[in-house]
Amino acid sequence: MLNFTVRRLVLAVPTLLFISLVIFLLLELAPGDPMAQVPLTVPPEVKEKMREALGLGQPMHIRFWKWIVQFFWIEPQVLIDHMFGTTFSEGDLRVISWQTRSPVMDIVVQRIPQTLWVVGTAYVVAILIALPIGIYSAYRQYSWFDQMGTFVSMVGFSVPPFFSGVLVIVIFSVQLGWFPSIYDTTHVVNSWDSFVVQLKQMIMPVMVLALQITAQLSRFMRASMLDNLNQDYVRTARAKGLSEYTVVMVHVLRNSMIPVVTVIALGIPAIFGGAIITEQVFKVNGIGQLLIGAIQANDLPMVQTLTFIFAVLIVLFNLIADVLYGILDPRIRYD
Amino acid sequence: MTDIDKSDTLIPDEGLAPVSTAVPGAGVAEELTTPPRSQWRDVWDQFKTHKGAMIGAILFIFIVAGVYLGPYLWSIDPTQIDIRSRNQGPSWAHPFGTDQLGRDILARMMSGGQTSVSVGITAMLLALFLGSLIGVLAGFFKRLDGPLMRLTDLFLALPLLPLLLVMMLLFREPLSAAFGLERGIFILIVCAIGITSWMPTARIVRGDVLAIKEREFVLAARSIGTSNSQIITRHILPNVLSPIMVSATLGIATAIITESALSFLGLGFPPDFPTWGRLLFDGVDYLQQYPERVFWPGLAISLTVLSVNYLGDGLRDALDPRIRGR
Repeated sequence: MLNFTVRRLVLAVPTLLFISLVIFLLLELAPGDPMAQVPLTVPPEVKEKMREALGLGQPMHIRFWKWIVQFFWIEPQVLIDHMFGTTFSEGDLRVISWQTRSPVMDIVVQRIPQTLWVVGTAYVVAILIALPIGIYSAYRQYSWFDQMGTFVSMVGFSVPPFFSGVLVIVIFSVQLGWFPSIYDTTHVVNSWDSFVVQLKQMIMPVMVLALQITAQLSRFMRASMLDNLNQDYVRTARAKGLSEYTVVMVHVLRNSMIPVVTVIALGIPAIFGGAIITEQVFKVNGIGQLLIGAIQANDLPMVQTLTFIFAVLIVLFNLIADVLYGILDPRIRYD
Repeated sequence: MTDIDKSDTLIPDEGLAPVSTAVPGAGVAEELTTPPRSQWRDVWDQFKTHKGAMIGAILFIFIVAGVYLGPYLWSIDPTQIDIRSRNQGPSWAHPFGTDQLGRDILARMMSGGQTSVSVGITAMLLALFLGSLIGVLAGFFKRLDGPLMRLTDLFLALPLLPLLLVMMLLFREPLSAAFGLERGIFILIVCAIGITSWMPTARIVRGDVLAIKEREFVLAARSIGTSNSQIITRHILPNVLSPIMVSATLGIATAIITESALSFLGLGFPPDFPTWGRLLFDGVDYLQQYPERVFWPGLAISLTVLSVNYLGDGLRDALDPRIRGR
């Protein structure tokens, strides 16, 4: 098991390097000049100095190297300094945003809680809804409940969040006026009333996201349950005289959860970065919105860093899913 | 008839067997009197029993016909500005009303649908081509398998939506300068969606090719001196057609959603060149006064994707011989 984990970890390093190179080159080869907004009256030599201040003077491979060092060496040091009050990173140059002229990571850290709250809650809600639906529709295959579940998950697949989000805004905030259409991130929860306000503003984005995630997860759960329900060990368990509840909820469910758990793990990177559209619809100023803003403002360091963070998370959770699969299912262990 | 041939006909687990293997066993005399049923007839019979898929297929044909043939019946120009009749509700002259510049929304929905559907289909074809090519190469040639599958894994690890957004931002201007505004963006969107969505197809096709190339009929073809390229085009490709067709339908769905998402985020087609996503995006500004402007394009996107998804679901069942005939 350890052997397998270490091998996967080692394989992840070239993957990450390649992805970082792709992201870097994509942005590097692209047209667009960060100095385009500078007035024409500024003399060329001053422009050249500004360029160097932004770190644009050197050749491409040196800048790539510097970016990698900043990302993997200096930023972790900053994190350690922040946590333990040490001074490892003093005087080192960090990745600076062109929009705000402040370190990119500081902005990311400001934005992450909002994203985690909204998208994370949606994910938890979706899991809680999807698993029972999947279990019951597999247990009563082709019943009306199963047909309904199939239809709802098809709808969940097909209705994009920019439509379902706008639709619930029209219904629940414009027509009925129950919930606010804009997520207020400055809201502080310190009493029951403010908690209710927070709950109200979270319901719509959470539900829109949860519908999508539920659609996928419940399908997976159903398929996985169906695979197991016809196995011989289930017949054995029934023949032993175990109660139906024990057969389904202990024997079948535990075996069916194996692929579902890995699917859940694979979806976690999306919590951090995938809700770009939903955040845009409900004006949640999280990571996704930060990325859109950075793209529109041509802020290359920010876009590079954010895209790369997403890539790191995807690779990391792929790894975790693989290892989880090995832990949960001894047949697949690679050692 | 040899034993090998018989076992080939008795195991019905390949998607669409070539005609030579689909001939029923010669042992039973009465079977010879009835003409052999063609593969596609069986597929169609199974497909018909899936109600959702039939409704999906009819709806999809209806939508495609509506957006392409509709403009011949409804001949108002979608770009014609009539500022005096702006922001109208539904009427006989304008069944879906008019927008803030007095353009007819029904006509705009049709022309937007043409763009959305053609982007969906073209991007699907590109992704399908790339995916099948890489899948077949990786499955058929052992030497290419490792590198190509690593490449697929790398692409799967890329954060796709952010990358798509970045690509849209960066290559929009050079491409629209080279090919003209509309065509440049069309090419850009199709290419961007195509090269970020071929990976699932490649994986499925590779798996199937790996299984099929060990079968006896491939060995037989090789033994009479068929070249690799002919084995691939005549024996392998017809047999992996069913997973390719299923991923084609699902590919249309994802491509339409992705294009609308890009347009919705303001990084798709320009405003005077409507697509469903763009119409929805423009409608959001008038959400409070005219919610129907958001509703119609959103409904069009959702219905198209829903019908295509059901179509794919039915196709998957119909093309799977293990389910067929049950």
